[in-house]
Amino acid sequence: MSSAHSHLLYRHGDSLIHRLPAHAKLLALVGFMLVVVATPRDRYLAFAGYAMLLALVAVAATVPAKFIAPRMIVEVPFVVFAVLLPVISTGPRVDVLGLSLSEDGLLAGWNILAKGTLGVVAAILLAATTDARAMLIGLQRLRLPARLVEIAAFMVRYADVVVSDMQRMRVARESRGFEGRHLGHLRVIAQSAGALFIRSYERGERVHLAMLSRGYAGAMPLVEHAPVAGRAWASVAALPLAAAGVAVASGWFV
Amino acid sequence: MTKSLEVRGLAYAYPDGQQALYGIDLSVERGERVALLGPNGAGKTTFVLHLNGILSGGAGTVNVAGLDVRPGDRDALREIRRRVGIVFQDPDDQLFMPTVRDDVAFGPANLGLRGVELDARVAEALEAVGMADVADRPPHHLSFGQRRRVAVATVLAMRPEILVLDEPTSNLDPASRRELADILRSLEVTLLLVTHDLPYALELCERSVVLSGGSIVADGPTPDLLSDEELLRRHRLELPFGFDPRVKPVRPA
Amino acid sequence: MHVPDGFLDAPTSVATGAVAAAGIAVALRRARDELDERSAPLAGLTAAFVFAAQMINFPVGVGTSGHLIGGALAAVLVGPWTAVLVLSVVLMIQSLLFADGGLTALGTNITLIGFTTVAVGWFVTRALLAVSPKRPSAVVPAAAVGAFVSVPAAATVFVLLFAAGGQASLPFGPLLGTMLGWHLLIGIGEAVITGLTVSAVVAARPDLVYAARGLRPALALRQADGTLIDATPSPARTGRAGTSAGDRVGLRAVLAGGALATALIAGALSFLASGSPDGLERVAESEGFADSARDHAFGNFAFADYGEIGGIPVGLAGLLGVVVTVIIGLTVFRFVRRRTDREENVTA
Repeated sequence: MSSAHSHLLYRHGDSLIHRLPAHAKLLALVGFMLVVVATPRDRYLAFAGYAMLLALVAVAATVPAKFIAPRMIVEVPFVVFAVLLPVISTGPRVDVLGLSLSEDGLLAGWNILAKGTLGVVAAILLAATTDARAMLIGLQRLRLPARLVEIAAFMVRYADVVVSDMQRMRVARESRGFEGRHLGHLRVIAQSAGALFIRSYERGERVHLAMLSRGYAGAMPLVEHAPVAGRAWASVAALPLAAAGVAVASGWFV
Repeated sequence: MTKSLEVRGLAYAYPDGQQALYGIDLSVERGERVALLGPNGAGKTTFVLHLNGILSGGAGTVNVAGLDVRPGDRDALREIRRRVGIVFQDPDDQLFMPTVRDDVAFGPANLGLRGVELDARVAEALEAVGMADVADRPPHHLSFGQRRRVAVATVLAMRPEILVLDEPTSNLDPASRRELADILRSLEVTLLLVTHDLPYALELCERSVVLSGGSIVADGPTPDLLSDEELLRRHRLELPFGFDPRVKPVRPA
Repeated sequence: MHVPDGFLDAPTSVATGAVAAAGIAVALRRARDELDERSAPLAGLTAAFVFAAQMINFPVGVGTSGHLIGGALAAVLVGPWTAVLVLSVVLMIQSLLFADGGLTALGTNITLIGFTTVAVGWFVTRALLAVSPKRPSAVVPAAAVGAFVSVPAAATVFVLLFAAGGQASLPFGPLLGTMLGWHLLIGIGEAVITGLTVSAVVAARPDLVYAARGLRPALALRQADGTLIDATPSPARTGRAGTSAGDRVGLRAVLAGGALATALIAGALSFLASGSPDGLERVAESEGFADSARDHAFGNFAFADYGEIGGIPVGLAGLLGVVVTVIIGLTVFRFVRRRTDREENVTA
């Protein structure tokens, strides 16, 4: 939601993970995260296991830690929430560093922090190894409604254009002395937002004209898909299965 | 021989009532290269949108290589949109797919091409504009001039009968402008060039038509039209400073 | 804030996923009426716009800022069903390509931001439009209020989901109170930006504002004796959404929806008001919770001045109650008056 998220996470590469088809990676990731989310919060070993699995994936994808770390900034709001939970929760208290904190709140905070962080790292790994076009084809192969995928394709294609339109407007405003750190500035910004909407909508109309001119009759032509090899499915299924294994195994140690 | 384009008595008013075209008559032979000149607001783009049936509902007829443009007839419209290839002014409006290859394939895929045939058609179009090496790149990674050329390729891939370009040189740097001219010269297609760029019209089109205030006010050989100072002045057309249409420029070897 | 993985347990995440899928399926069918066959590029460009607009931020409280959500804004501009698709696509792309929002939480995020803000924003806007003068500019305050209400409404739904599937034993009352308070402030920012943006669009291209369709005043005809009467609008001009049949059905649905939205907030508040304050104080004292109330981070929170933890809901309940009552009252009053007006017009 902030400007940090206007840059795509895709990182060009030719690793094993890069070459896997997007829809398989997506399914594996969702499966993995479902196992993570379903894991009881006191199975600390399990979470350590999940983190190691993700580290293995990162290695296989040739994505270095210093790529992942700064992009985890997305986390900040829920880290705040997780930190506050021990403070405002009810239940028996424990003393930690002089503060009286709720025991249940501490566990709840850890729960959110652990699962949320694993989710962010997994999502970064997916986005880093899958470019936008591949992701859209993946969604198509997962039988997402065609119209939804089309809308997503146009959004991805024109997000940069609209964002840079917006930035150009900001430059134009500031070049004419506009500063505005006070509430009055919202009016000017909203004017620009209104102009941005009109410009974007009119562009959408022109795109439609261009599509009609090239024979568009209501449905996007199908992209032919190469069938996914069994080996690819096997390597992709490894992740959620391993996670499930970790979850079960950790149950024996607690 | 069937004309590429035959327009008779074309009149049109916008939904709010304002009339844009007051009866246009235009004939273009196969292989001809015609420049459509005129001031802003003359109705050039409105006219162009009638050629492939996007706009209709006025009076008059449009005939493309023997086929009448009739908006109700979907099959005829599909064929007409193959025959009339329009390259619009903003390439970003025309390049709406994730990669160049997808964009160039969009048109022929809508015509029913698939597989090897489709790939061959895409390659052919990209070769024609010299953009074969950027096929797998997303459009916003290309320079403006490159995007212009790819936009031409997206239309060429449909093997049109008549290629219509709306302001093809706007915002192009001189080198890109020349490259585009070379490409257009090499194509074997009827050409309708809507432009302000009078030297470009002189360079590429042997015939010019002036559209002003919704009517055709002049139609003749380009050098003659551009030498008629009175005509140019009356319709807000201006030659660049120091340009003499009567002198035939020679490119240094 | 996009909900990350782990906030809600697996069954709740899967359930919201099913809700999201069903909602999107319905929206796909209904959106066609709003944008005809141009829907894909127009919705896509609107999604790109919402994505960009969500970068707009505004100050909320001390040293923090909130971001525009855009659900109500999208609903007013392109219609509710298209807005559902637009917001859902934005959320989907954000979670897949930008790692913003958990993948298992996508159903939750779509339910909150794609459905709740859009639905509440739309219904409240329409309810207010039903009682406003028939001018395109009337959309502006209606959209602002719609946007304002949409944010705490989504926060309420979040708290309800958290109560069902969150894995923390949080006291429901204070949590709801705090979330509502915080999101009421964000709602103010959302309302201001939504109102001003809609105002800018209405000024330049009112035909692009979906909610303003059918709001153009009827053309007047001057009769022979100089008096003016209303011309019956030709069918071509009113467009799809502006037909009177649509208005009649819409009004009923709008009131139902408005009542639902207000009931949601009001109900949540009554939950707060009924047992929590006293009960919580008792619990707080017995568990030593009251002591930590002083160190908690919401100490400098604006509404905290109304009292200790038990006091926060009261202050908020009061504020919200006033707002809600005004809206309900206005709606009912004007509905009755409009009914009578319409009958008078027909007989004239």
